[in-house]
Amino acid sequence: MKAWLDRYYQEESRRILATLIRLLGDFDLAEEALHEAFAAALVQWPRDGIPDNPRAWLVSAGRFRAIDQLRRRGRHHAAMEQLAHQLESEADTPEPPEEIADDRLRLIFTCCHPALSSEAQLALTLREICDLTTEEVARAFLAKPTTIAQRIVRAKAKIRDAGIPYEVPEGKALAERLPVVLHTLYLIFNEGYTAFSGAALVRGALAVEAIRLTRLLWQLLPEPEVAGLLALMLLHHARRDARVDASGELVPLEQQDRQRWHRDDIAQGRALLAEVMTRPGYGAYTLQAAIAAVHSEAPSYAATDWKQIIGLYTVLQGIAPSPVVALNRAVAVAMRDGPAAGLAGLDRIAAEPALADYQPLHAARADLLARLDRVEEAAEAYRRALTLCQLEPERRFLEKRLTELRCRSVAPSGD
Amino acid sequence: MNYLALVYYNEDLIRSMSQQEWDALNRECMACGEGLRESGHMLDGHALQLTDTATTVRLRDGKLTATDGPFAETKEQLAGFYLLTARDLNEAIQLAGKIPPLRLGSVEIRPVRELATEGNLAGKTPLIDHTARSDG
Repeated sequence: MKAWLDRYYQEESRRILATLIRLLGDFDLAEEALHEAFAAALVQWPRDGIPDNPRAWLVSAGRFRAIDQLRRRGRHHAAMEQLAHQLESEADTPEPPEEIADDRLRLIFTCCHPALSSEAQLALTLREICDLTTEEVARAFLAKPTTIAQRIVRAKAKIRDAGIPYEVPEGKALAERLPVVLHTLYLIFNEGYTAFSGAALVRGALAVEAIRLTRLLWQLLPEPEVAGLLALMLLHHARRDARVDASGELVPLEQQDRQRWHRDDIAQGRALLAEVMTRPGYGAYTLQAAIAAVHSEAPSYAATDWKQIIGLYTVLQGIAPSPVVALNRAVAVAMRDGPAAGLAGLDRIAAEPALADYQPLHAARADLLARLDRVEEAAEAYRRALTLCQLEPERRFLEKRLTELRCRSVAPSGD
Repeated sequence: MNYLALVYYNEDLIRSMSQQEWDALNRECMACGEGLRESGHMLDGHALQLTDTATTVRLRDGKLTATDGPFAETKEQLAGFYLLTARDLNEAIQLAGKIPPLRLGSVEIRPVRELATEGNLAGKTPLIDHTARSDG
């Protein structure tokens, strides 16, 4: 039973927490209530059996424990007593299941409220929706854990004190609020796809969760960019088994066994894309999905339609210019016109001071330099990429490339 | 004539106060208000929560935007005030969106707080994150 509950906690606790936050209107009270509810389950379930609806049981147990808690504190505070009374009268009406189903989506809109700073929005979503630890969030922001903890405390206090509601906005307000939410879902997926640091490369559960939340949003709000983001996630998620080998090593797109791509995810992603690309209003996520779709239908890396990929990157650069897009475009140019042409593009980007520490840029330069047999410069670029690398499998991959390069310089091949 | 008396202080001074000092100040404010009401000089008045809770609303090109924090445009001067009652911050933002000068400047929304004889919470946000766990 302990093991079963542990697993149940892993799978369901965030969903139950979201419901408790909505019902209690307070993150900290809800977090305490959640833990007390699981503690109660650990005592009662082995004795009485698992209830028919464990989630509803835990929500109800948590709610009543929070009311007790407020009562105890309320001896000195009339306001808390009043709140406890109000919660108690509400607790008589059972929660409709569809309300509970949407609670995480509501919580995303709360965490991504524009009255919170964008740093606070991200930190809070990763902490509360994705259950990252404060330390993991801190690593993602390259900040100290105490700074992040303070940011999260302040954000929660503002939600409570300024009266930010737990609801999905309607009509015009929904469209205004959407870009921030999409960006956050995109970052959650990325966290699942490539963990910020450490040994585990694919944290599948987070990626699946991001897809689930985006799908829910798409049902609720059929805007082209929601579908574009969902398609982008599905088309990348389809490669999950091919992008890491049996020993946990990173496999670049170029070397992936395309037989291992999940065709069902690709089919879903492509169907979504076909639906939205005929409609006005699509944007950067849809274009990135379209690029992933070109890859998904190519029989091999070399036989990819690079011309179409370059075209899509050019459009993307027009609506959402970024050095990262420019980098990817340069890599595609190298595939179509040869490594020298690609390198010229990369060197133009490398002049950008903001990109001095951008690891993929140095890794891409290293690769093109190696293909041009400029071994010394390639080794230097690999070393630079290695010093910036935070992800263990990526580090091993770069080290392998560097070693191959050294072998080549010691014993030049016959070609 | 009616006059609006606006109250300013450095919030860091408030944050550095003990709970006792802070409650004592709140009790003084309550007494001051009572005295002015009794003499018929005070029409209405409220304490505000600290600027941590502020949201600034603007209207540009017909688009309503809300951002975190108090407005910091030093070239904007206070022009008026509305005391609004709303279900939550979202409704308050929508209501503030109807204020005409919004397209020229900005409107800062701050929740009102009730003065209490003790246990005043505003500005006394606990500094410990009860939910910050490191065990994952």
